[in-house]
Amino acid sequence: MNRKHILIALVQDRPGVLNRVASTLRRRNFNINSIAVGSIEVPNLSRMTIVVEGDDARVEQARKQLDRIVEVIRITDITHENPVAREMAMIKVKATPQTRSEIIQIVDIFRSNIVDVSPDSLIIVVTGDQEKVDTLVELLRGFGIRELSRTGTIALPRGGAGPLTIEENRPLRHVVEHVAPEEETLPNW
Amino acid sequence: MMKTGAEILCECLIKEGVEVIFGYPGGALLPLYDTLPKYPELRHILVRHEQGAAHAADAYARVTGKLGVCLATSGPGATNLVTGIANAYLDSVPVLAMTGQVNTYFIGKDAFQEIDITGITVPITKYNQLVLDTGDMADAVREACHVAQTGRPGPVLLDLPKDVLQNKTEFIFPEKLDLPGYKPKLFGHPAQIKKAAELINSAEKPVIIAGRGVNVSRAFDELRELAENSQIPVVTTFLGIGCFPESHILSYGWLGMHGMGYANKAVHSSDLIIAIGMRFDDRATGGTSTFAPNARIIHIDIDAAEIGKNLPADVPIVGDVKNILQVLNKQLNKREHIIWLSQLDEWRSMHPATEIREHENVLPQYIIRQIYEVTKGDAIICTDVGQHQMWAGQYFYYDKPNSFVSSGGLGTMGFGLPAAIGAKVGRPNETVWCLCGDGGFQMTVQELATMVQENLNIKIAVFNNGWLGMVRQWQELIYSKRYSATALYNPDFVKIAEAYGIQAMRVTRKLDVSHAIQRAMEHDGPFLIEFVVEPEENVYPFVPPGKIIVEFLEEPSPATIRKK
Ligand SMILES: Cc1ncc(C[n+]2csc(CCOP(=O)(O)OP(=O)(O)O)c2C)c(N)n1
Ligand SMILES: [Mg+2]
Repeated sequence: MNRKHILIALVQDRPGVLNRVASTLRRRNFNINSIAVGSIEVPNLSRMTIVVEGDDARVEQARKQLDRIVEVIRITDITHENPVAREMAMIKVKATPQTRSEIIQIVDIFRSNIVDVSPDSLIIVVTGDQEKVDTLVELLRGFGIRELSRTGTIALPRGGAGPLTIEENRPLRHVVEHVAPEEETLPNW
Repeated sequence: MMKTGAEILCECLIKEGVEVIFGYPGGALLPLYDTLPKYPELRHILVRHEQGAAHAADAYARVTGKLGVCLATSGPGATNLVTGIANAYLDSVPVLAMTGQVNTYFIGKDAFQEIDITGITVPITKYNQLVLDTGDMADAVREACHVAQTGRPGPVLLDLPKDVLQNKTEFIFPEKLDLPGYKPKLFGHPAQIKKAAELINSAEKPVIIAGRGVNVSRAFDELRELAENSQIPVVTTFLGIGCFPESHILSYGWLGMHGMGYANKAVHSSDLIIAIGMRFDDRATGGTSTFAPNARIIHIDIDAAEIGKNLPADVPIVGDVKNILQVLNKQLNKREHIIWLSQLDEWRSMHPATEIREHENVLPQYIIRQIYEVTKGDAIICTDVGQHQMWAGQYFYYDKPNSFVSSGGLGTMGFGLPAAIGAKVGRPNETVWCLCGDGGFQMTVQELATMVQENLNIKIAVFNNGWLGMVRQWQELIYSKRYSATALYNPDFVKIAEAYGIQAMRVTRKLDVSHAIQRAMEHDGPFLIEFVVEPEENVYPFVPPGKIIVEFLEEPSPATIRKK
């Protein structure tokens, strides 16, 4: 069954990582809903939240492919763990003296904020799950949307330590010692 | 001590055990080429086209088990490597490709011969990096060499700007590396291994499918113990050829589109497949929905992403093949499988895939069998791609690991000749034969000059059938003989060889075949034989696309006398 999957990944902060992740998904013919990348509490690491559509098996296959990327430290599919998932959108909507109050009402209902007011438009900031943002966008469409920018989903699993939690007892380092190469010996058949 | 980027690169390569670099210079690499002579431990072999460098490094790695290294300048040099890198990627070969790059302050300005080679090679490398600071050079080389050769091997690329090679920095060899995202799983899960052992101990019709992973992990003795102890027949994949001695009584050839009929039947009828270091490629399985309908599958592979990719596994075991087999073998019972094995032997006598029919003309199969006879099987066979490649897999018997070098995953025409160069450089004491079609030979023919310059004693057989034979075969069998763009006008291959300074002869009669091969072997130096062969010969068995692997076509005209 095709559904949206949320993958979260801990990656090394290096050039080219995002390119590799995107390339891996594109090659498997995945439609990327969104990718959000940001730094985390530990220096030189980033966290990615990737939303793709597909059936469980195909997404698991892609997850394993992504896990092969040298710079990807951990990657998990948290779709089935009821995560807290949010995105933010900024919507610049046309506002005339006649429509302004109606828009403000809608903004209130959605517990979103107006962050900029100009004579003929408003900028609204909303956070919420994808559905909420979608609904607000639909409602505002009738007033005339001038610009729309969405961050894509970010997500955290509920409860205590999550799969990407960096704990003392789960060291991130993986030290590889140099070993002098040895000559190959083939069997003597 | 202060050292230049180029010096650091050379010293790190030496520490990693690199002895040979196949390369081609250019502007961006001038600082490195200026440095190389200071390090005589690094033998540089000048190829005639960068594709040749990549293929030679690839074959060198296959026959030695070491890292293959190739080098090309920025821009066109780098793009010329791309086919070779892709070839190594699809066949999981550890190759370090290094490319020159424009000075860092020119990057992004479309400078002369600037190309984004790290961007281009993302999907065909295991890892790549543009080194932007001389201070990062040592770590980058260590990382690249480590990643290429561990886990599932594969090509890696380092892009080296000219000023990074030129600038100096303090050099301390990084004994330790931190790669938090790279931990290949080496040991199989004990519970999974136990489950596998139970399945094997109770199977009635088990079959092993051994792939290149056995070669990579050097699990030859472990595989043999597994097969002998539990009397399990061994079928290999095309790239697994040689990982189990083909003259062994439990060897049942290789499977797939042009695999042996009895190998395909064995796999199709089995109740348990022990898949070892292989990936159920479509050329091996045919349609996956109809593949081995009654078999449970134990899938052993170091790459977790291979498991369940093409076929679901009943018992997946992720880890290094050698380690896993060592543990598994201890849990297996002695078995005999007399009925199953005699069934297989019956199929083997019904489908003698490697018999050669009597024919007045020179049959390509006959040539390959004669090379086998004359060399007594003691040779490394490097092939190009096409019909001759399949016959080389079928009519020569490979008893030694890594003695068959062929482009499997990518099927790259032009691989054969540079591959033979890489193989001979890697194993100078072995006899190396290069088998090429008249089409593919001309894709990298310029490497004959490399061969002569390096004085490499390689024997070359060019199969002149006047066709792009493999494509012609498909046009004959699937497109009702509508031949389109497959007939070849050919040059005089003997004259070509001679122009490069290579002794050569042409063979048109069957009775001269064996003698010519002997003459080539006796000659001290490279030797080329142009065999003018039966033009419209087809490769059989042949599983037409979309068919089950047991629906193979066999050589027609049963009236023809079949003799060995
Ligand atoms: C670079 C490349 N181009 C095209 C092909 C498609 N192809 C596969 S086999 C073949 C014919 C090879 O002809 P030849 O080298 O004469 O060998 P033969 O099959 O006749 O033995 C072709 C064109 C390929 N595999 N690689
Ligand atoms: Mg041909």
